[in-house]
Amino acid sequence: MMDQVTSVMIVGVGGQGSLLASRLLGHVLLEAGYDVKVSEVHGMSQRGGSVVTYVRYGKKVASPVIEQGEADVIVSFELCEAARWLPYLRKGGKLIASSQRIDPMPVITGAASYPEAIPQTFQTLGVDATVVDALALAEQAGSAKAANVVLMGVLSQHLEFPLEAWQEAIRQLVKPAFVEMNQQALLLGRAAQ
Amino acid sequence: MKQLLLGNEAVARGLYEGGLRVVSSYPGTPSTEITEALSAYPEIYSEWAPNEKVACEVALGAAIGGARSFCAMKHVGANVAADPLFSSSYVGVNGGFVIAVADDQGMHSSQDEQDSRHYAVAAKLPMLEPADSQECLDYAKAALSLSERFDTSVMLRLCTRVSHSQSPVELGRREEVPLREYQKDPRKYVMMPGNAKGRHVVVEERMKALAQYAEDCPFNRVEMKDTAVGVITAGICYQYVTEAMPQASVLKLGMVNPLPTKLIQEFAATVDTLYVVEELDGVIEQHCRAIGVQVIGKERFSLLGEFSQRTIAQAVGLPLPESVAYPETVPVRPPVLCPGCPHRGLFFVLHKLGVMVSGDIGCYTLGAAPPLSAMDTTLCMGASISGLHGFNKARGEESAKRSVAVIGDSTFMHSGITGLVDMVYNRGTSTVIIVDNSTTGMTGHQNNPANGLDIHGAPAPAVSLEELCRAVGVRRVRVVDPGDLKATEAAVREELDAPETSVIIARRPCALLKSVKAKPALAIDPQKCIGCKSCLRIGCPAISMKDGKAVIDDTLCVGCGLCESLCPKGAIGSKEVQ
Repeated sequence: MMDQVTSVMIVGVGGQGSLLASRLLGHVLLEAGYDVKVSEVHGMSQRGGSVVTYVRYGKKVASPVIEQGEADVIVSFELCEAARWLPYLRKGGKLIASSQRIDPMPVITGAASYPEAIPQTFQTLGVDATVVDALALAEQAGSAKAANVVLMGVLSQHLEFPLEAWQEAIRQLVKPAFVEMNQQALLLGRAAQ
Repeated sequence: MKQLLLGNEAVARGLYEGGLRVVSSYPGTPSTEITEALSAYPEIYSEWAPNEKVACEVALGAAIGGARSFCAMKHVGANVAADPLFSSSYVGVNGGFVIAVADDQGMHSSQDEQDSRHYAVAAKLPMLEPADSQECLDYAKAALSLSERFDTSVMLRLCTRVSHSQSPVELGRREEVPLREYQKDPRKYVMMPGNAKGRHVVVEERMKALAQYAEDCPFNRVEMKDTAVGVITAGICYQYVTEAMPQASVLKLGMVNPLPTKLIQEFAATVDTLYVVEELDGVIEQHCRAIGVQVIGKERFSLLGEFSQRTIAQAVGLPLPESVAYPETVPVRPPVLCPGCPHRGLFFVLHKLGVMVSGDIGCYTLGAAPPLSAMDTTLCMGASISGLHGFNKARGEESAKRSVAVIGDSTFMHSGITGLVDMVYNRGTSTVIIVDNSTTGMTGHQNNPANGLDIHGAPAPAVSLEELCRAVGVRRVRVVDPGDLKATEAAVREELDAPETSVIIARRPCALLKSVKAKPALAIDPQKCIGCKSCLRIGCPAISMKDGKAVIDDTLCVGCGLCESLCPKGAIGSKEVQ
């Protein structure tokens, strides 16, 4: 077991299903015997606002929050959210982003514009980024709602836990009727480049 | 086997294990999940009360009746419950009584930041403050015993980061605590001056005993490391300090009222430089200064918002990790009314009419944001109605024809009804709109006295909003569907003109309720769309512009049809039709 603390951020838009994603990850980590802290914010920001969940694990975790330059991995459910939270990634950290675009209200009203060519900008900045069409993979698995689990599949490539640990977490936390679809979503994410 | 629990869930577990019998609360972020988790235990009587004052009185009544009891609220809820809170200090308890107050540093979901420790000081009540989920469980359980030992209600201070962080918790078994005998004792329980004078003496003696207890109680501990730097801290700040200053010696205070004297003086004597790290106000710092201990506090650490390991490292001059900034401006993403939200239609009409809107606390406060921009004021629960009454008494009857109050069903039950009584009684001519979405939306869909369901989701007697308004003397009460823009506009126009108090109930259930089935997503025919942006005026997050045409995101749209009724070209409809 690693002594130092690993920090994973899950970011996106309120209502995108980050809660299940962080619960799955938390389950995997606890089963692996780690001390874990998962911090999320409920209430107003969940109404379509920018939301963030901090997951930290290691032998002993003190702070439940992740600060600028501290995240080992950021998983973003939406493209411009990945850009927003980029300063939180540590030097050499891994960025995983869904290519899904959801316009914030200032973009809808015309008061602001959506940044163009975000994946290319990540490349220019030298950020180790993987951008996947999580929505398409989720639809392939059976429902666009499984995009969260697709992204956990992508994340699973970059953490040290075996596939079985993730599959077990899905069995434990997902309603029986949706287990099969989510297992499929997990595998598609785990194979995504 | 350990379990990953939210701080709030762990508080509930601790109370359960401590033999809790009765809980009454009003929902409020970040405190809500405590009561929700408690409602799952069949051994515990649980209820949602209409507001925090009622909840606190119910729970205190249960404690006087001999049961271990509990009440949870957010920081601003403590303002509402302050009256029984202060008196509870005088009457003490019979069965243990714990009041949890969850502060919202950083205002993730609140109208202000308040430091609830001031309430413990002012009401002369002991207060415990946990730093993670295990402590949430341990302290909540211990607070019940502490309450009985010192015959006092005990406050448990939480905050967003403790309430809404999950960490591993070791579960224990429930201790069955029998109902205590109730004996009539007016000198203890009837707070009229003659008795209260005697009880004030008891309160002061109790505080002295508690201050003594604080010197060596299990909640306060010293972690000696390097003696060059010492930190006195409490609650979540302990975690940030441990992270940012791993070498520092720490005095961690788990009991934040009353504060120890000797313990602090002795700790101060062992270190060269002493910091006090606490979010919001300098409560510990002021105590230190009062007992002659020199500390570095608020001159270095902010009075505002949440801290983190970074803010602490910054304040004490430690190096910060490097990070990469995104080179372009990323547009802000404020929270918005959900797709299909029933409030959207009403705010669209109010925006169109250009009236002054006296707003209130709930999801519908989001009606203040562009493009709807249909809210002028928001203060606190219930103030929409009373505030509008004052506004229009000051500005005259013409003003009443150009202004409305907007308040949710749960908020109306919480503290809107008294404002309406005032308006009718004092011959107000204002228009009140109750946005009745059949739930307490913002806090995560709790049932309330007007929606016909109890805390368990079982059928319950429902307060009829129409009958209630009529009963207090409102003659003009009408119900509209805010999804029907024409009918809503007509109703608002008529009631604004009426020279007496009127109430419009804009009734349509929250789109997120399980009982509300989403309709198939709508689509926009690009051949018919002329790019006029009429549909964008309702501020629906599912509609945006792409290549000069409006498009609907079918993963977000719930088919409410509001945009359809605004399109001048009939370009919006169900996919099948197109």
